[in-house]
Amino acid sequence: MITFILRRVVSLLFVLFCVITITFFLVKMAPGGPFDRERKIPPQIEKELLAKYKLDGPWMQQYTGYLWDVVHGDLRLSTKYRNRSVNELLAQTLPVSGTLGGIAFLIATAGGIWVGSFAAVRHHKPADTMAMLGALLAISIPTFVIGPLLILIFALRLRWLPVGGWSGISYLILPSITLAAPYLAYIARLMRTSMLEVLGMDFVRTARAKGLAESRTVYKHALKVAILPVVSFLGPLAANLLTGSVVVESIFNVPGAGAFFVNSVLNNDGFLLGGVVIVYCALLVVMNLIVDLLYMCLDRRIQLYD
Amino acid sequence: MISAPAKKITEAPGIWQRLWGRGVPRIAMVVLAIVTLAAIVGPELMPARAREVSGDQYSPPALAHPFGTDLEGRDLLYRVLEGARISLLVGISGAFISFFVGTAYGLVAGYSGGRLDSGMMRAVEILYSIPRLIIILVFINAFDKYVKTWMANAGLGGMVGDSRVVILILCLGLIEWLTMARIVRGQVLTLKAQQYVAAAQALGQSHFKILTRHLLPNLLGIIVVYLTLTVPAVILDESFLSFLGLGIQAPQASWGSLLADGASVINPIKSNWWLLVFPAFAMCATLLSLNFLGDAIREAMDPKARR
Repeated sequence: MITFILRRVVSLLFVLFCVITITFFLVKMAPGGPFDRERKIPPQIEKELLAKYKLDGPWMQQYTGYLWDVVHGDLRLSTKYRNRSVNELLAQTLPVSGTLGGIAFLIATAGGIWVGSFAAVRHHKPADTMAMLGALLAISIPTFVIGPLLILIFALRLRWLPVGGWSGISYLILPSITLAAPYLAYIARLMRTSMLEVLGMDFVRTARAKGLAESRTVYKHALKVAILPVVSFLGPLAANLLTGSVVVESIFNVPGAGAFFVNSVLNNDGFLLGGVVIVYCALLVVMNLIVDLLYMCLDRRIQLYD
Repeated sequence: MISAPAKKITEAPGIWQRLWGRGVPRIAMVVLAIVTLAAIVGPELMPARAREVSGDQYSPPALAHPFGTDLEGRDLLYRVLEGARISLLVGISGAFISFFVGTAYGLVAGYSGGRLDSGMMRAVEILYSIPRLIIILVFINAFDKYVKTWMANAGLGGMVGDSRVVILILCLGLIEWLTMARIVRGQVLTLKAQQYVAAAQALGQSHFKILTRHLLPNLLGIIVVYLTLTVPAVILDESFLSFLGLGIQAPQASWGSLLADGASVINPIKSNWWLLVFPAFAMCATLLSLNFLGDAIREAMDPKARR
């Protein structure tokens, strides 16, 4: 067990290293520099700027220097948001995105599992068809359409909830629903397929044959097995949701980290981009490790280590 | 003597019959055929004045403009048809790129096995750990210029305006292959253990022949399923890029860019609903049909699901 976790941590570090390397050199390959503006800056000032942000010297030297700083927990200064460190920017915005994403995560998993099992139990009945049509719709309509529609209905017409912003619980409802919708639908589809397969298995027939109540058969015995594919999706889901979504955060005016994903690339802000990617990647790999461990607890047949 | 009536031998229905014989996949195929046809000939059939910028901004749907007009007074029906062209082009070409790259990658990884396989799959895992949006953005940012110069040099100077479409197709195709590679590799691993592959190897057939003659035909089913499911995924990705202002650039339009425009003018006083409703309807109908069709093909090929 310990060796398994240790091995996974080593591979986590390897993946992180590769991702940092790829990101670093892709940013370097992009045309234009971080200080390119409409107005040309004098060469002397540009040189000083490059030196301040440690962007001078050959690429390899910059790269090893950056790695060294990252290992020491310093994600360096953002070149766009002058004089603010990437650590500081992320520390300010990630909790906001994390709160929103965490709630969306709960909505998506709980809702998806419920809708999926609900539809599977009513296989080929109208309720099943409706639920799956709804799920496909939620996947096919982009969130930037769902979001404004929710605002139009619940904020502007009914005036139940605020339009956007970030200053209380009521501000969380619409964005978290918008954020969760496509993932909820995806999990529901995953859950339905898996539940249908499990409901056809022998042990379910046995449970029914010995006279167990249908609800107990489905939600106690079958669910435990059918939930496994959903569990393996939870790792990427958590990484996606917790690091924030550009689209949802911009629609609802939420001061989260999502905007950095886009802006750091557009501004050639390599260190901010690096920070965002490192956080996402670390979260993803750690979540996948947790999911694997959870998998073992749920399914005793799986042995991840020998 | 009464001769027993000849027993009618019914062949097991093929994939095609099984799909066409059922309601939902049939509707999906009809919708897709209509959308494709509309995208190809639709814009040509529209009267010339529909393409032009006119004075009547935001006029609601009427006889002259069945879908209404947009900010610049352009006919929305024409814009939606034009959007269909670009969205379908991006979706289908992107899906095909992902198909070529993913299938080749998955075939080689799964067939060779061992170290090469684990190395190749580790690379896929690493690419999965970078947020998709970031890969796409960095690609667009890094290669936009190169694609433009390449197109100008390749004698496609007149098409430089379309370079954004080309780069979108390349980027999205080069992102979506990861899932395809994983699926193909998984299938190859099971197929490789079959006896006919061992027989082909024993007969001294070349690896290339085994891959193309024996493995690929058996993979086609699952590839078709994921191809149908990749097209809507690419169309959806493009729409998000358009929302961020990085997708199709005006005056060209895709469903995504039309939706992004429509979503940005929603307000309680004047809803301009048609700007959102018609593009959304076109896109949803297409994506739903593709998804339903993909699911139906998968179900039709799954021996367990046959009834």
